[in-house]
Amino acid sequence: MNNKRMGQATIRFERPPRVRAWAAVGGKKEQDGPLGSEFDKLFPDTMCGEQTWEKAEMHLQKVALGMAANKCKLPVEALDMLVAGDLLAQCVASSYAARSASVPYLGVYGACSTMAESLALAACMVDGGFAQRAGAIASSHFCTAERQYRFPLAYGGQRTPTAQWTATAAGACILTPSADDQAPVRITHACFGKICDLGITDANNMGAAMAPAAYDTIRTLLSDTGTHPGDYDGIFTGDLGLVGSRLLCELFDRDNIDISKVHEDCGKLLFDQSQDVHAGGSGCGCAASVLCAHLLPKLADRSYKRIILAATGALMSPTSVQQGESIPGICHAVILEAGGKG
Amino acid sequence: MDITPQEYDQLVQKHCKRSPLGKDMLWAFIVGGAICTIGQGITDFWKAAGLNEKDAATATSITLVGLAALLTGLHLYEKLAKHAGAGTLVPITGFSNSVASPALEFKSEGLILGTAAKMFTIAGPVLVYGISASIIYGIILVILSAI
Repeated sequence: MNNKRMGQATIRFERPPRVRAWAAVGGKKEQDGPLGSEFDKLFPDTMCGEQTWEKAEMHLQKVALGMAANKCKLPVEALDMLVAGDLLAQCVASSYAARSASVPYLGVYGACSTMAESLALAACMVDGGFAQRAGAIASSHFCTAERQYRFPLAYGGQRTPTAQWTATAAGACILTPSADDQAPVRITHACFGKICDLGITDANNMGAAMAPAAYDTIRTLLSDTGTHPGDYDGIFTGDLGLVGSRLLCELFDRDNIDISKVHEDCGKLLFDQSQDVHAGGSGCGCAASVLCAHLLPKLADRSYKRIILAATGALMSPTSVQQGESIPGICHAVILEAGGKG
Repeated sequence: MDITPQEYDQLVQKHCKRSPLGKDMLWAFIVGGAICTIGQGITDFWKAAGLNEKDAATATSITLVGLAALLTGLHLYEKLAKHAGAGTLVPITGFSNSVASPALEFKSEGLILGTAAKMFTIAGPVLVYGISASIIYGIILVILSAI
């Protein structure tokens, strides 16, 4: 049993599951961002033609999953399992989106780390032989997140410079077993993170709350696998944004490890600074859509050989913040390798 | 991890961009002042229309609240408030915005449990403590007048 585990906390997949297909969908701001042209589908209408923002987010998930399944020439019903998550209370965007799928469903919550969590869980299922085809999905919507965590949209408040902008986006991946050589990307390792809390209480500074978790998980993964930052074409954190990214590099500097050359952040990639997003993008849909719109295609065309996706989450709730609790951070990581035919 | 919360806090402070206080205050001063000037203009208008001083003041509040609610509905108020900060928050227009915005936002949960129940989520504390303070001052005034 232990042969799938290495070092302190890393899972080494015995038969590395493959990512067969993926799809990313986004909203207007994502369309205007640097990765706009790389999305599979964009919805300039925030409501996506639905009656409420929650329904709009469910629509994003459904479209992303449908498109990813379509790329495998499979109906969604042919999947053995769905692992999905979002930011909404009780994970309703995911479970409601899965209503019509008729597929065994696992709802997960990892805040903005959800995509890496669902991807790693789905990979475990496939490697363990518990599923042949598994879907991993995550989504977020700016308007549903704002009303749940902060203020109504029309409220005249000011955002602090450290605040981040929740992405209106979803990403979906279809995982297949190691033997599927049509699939262009492999997941070789996963590392589920530990909760890290260094006492940050400012819910408008999630980058600072999550950076220690990112450091801890990436450091563990590198040490468990005996690799160095230079062994990767990129280490992509979920959404630390500008502040969290600087803090992460500084934490590694203390260990005399320079990750700044290979480190990038999905929250910084998704939006441009001119888009008034303050410290960058956030939300489950941020890492999910950057993975599916930008990173997986680059692995598929072999521009990247091997990368780490380390999605980070701030696991607070409006209640815990109001009660003065500090914010627990989490980071889950997966190692993705280019690896189709040949 | 070999860093204490205190050390980390210092690191965070070093890397966080501060709010541009000078710029923010200038915006608040100009926009807040402009709202008050408009308010004075509205008072003058109502007085010219024949209302006495007290009624004109009440009518001015009603007009400003109405205008701010309209601007909230048109999604213009938050665009101004993004720059103006306290300049749009402190005048009575800010109160109007804080009531109108949740009323609009939560209409998707229905008129009773959405709009009506959530209407005072932001303004509620202002009402509770504002009215409580006025009651306390009223009682003090009654006691002082009786002495």
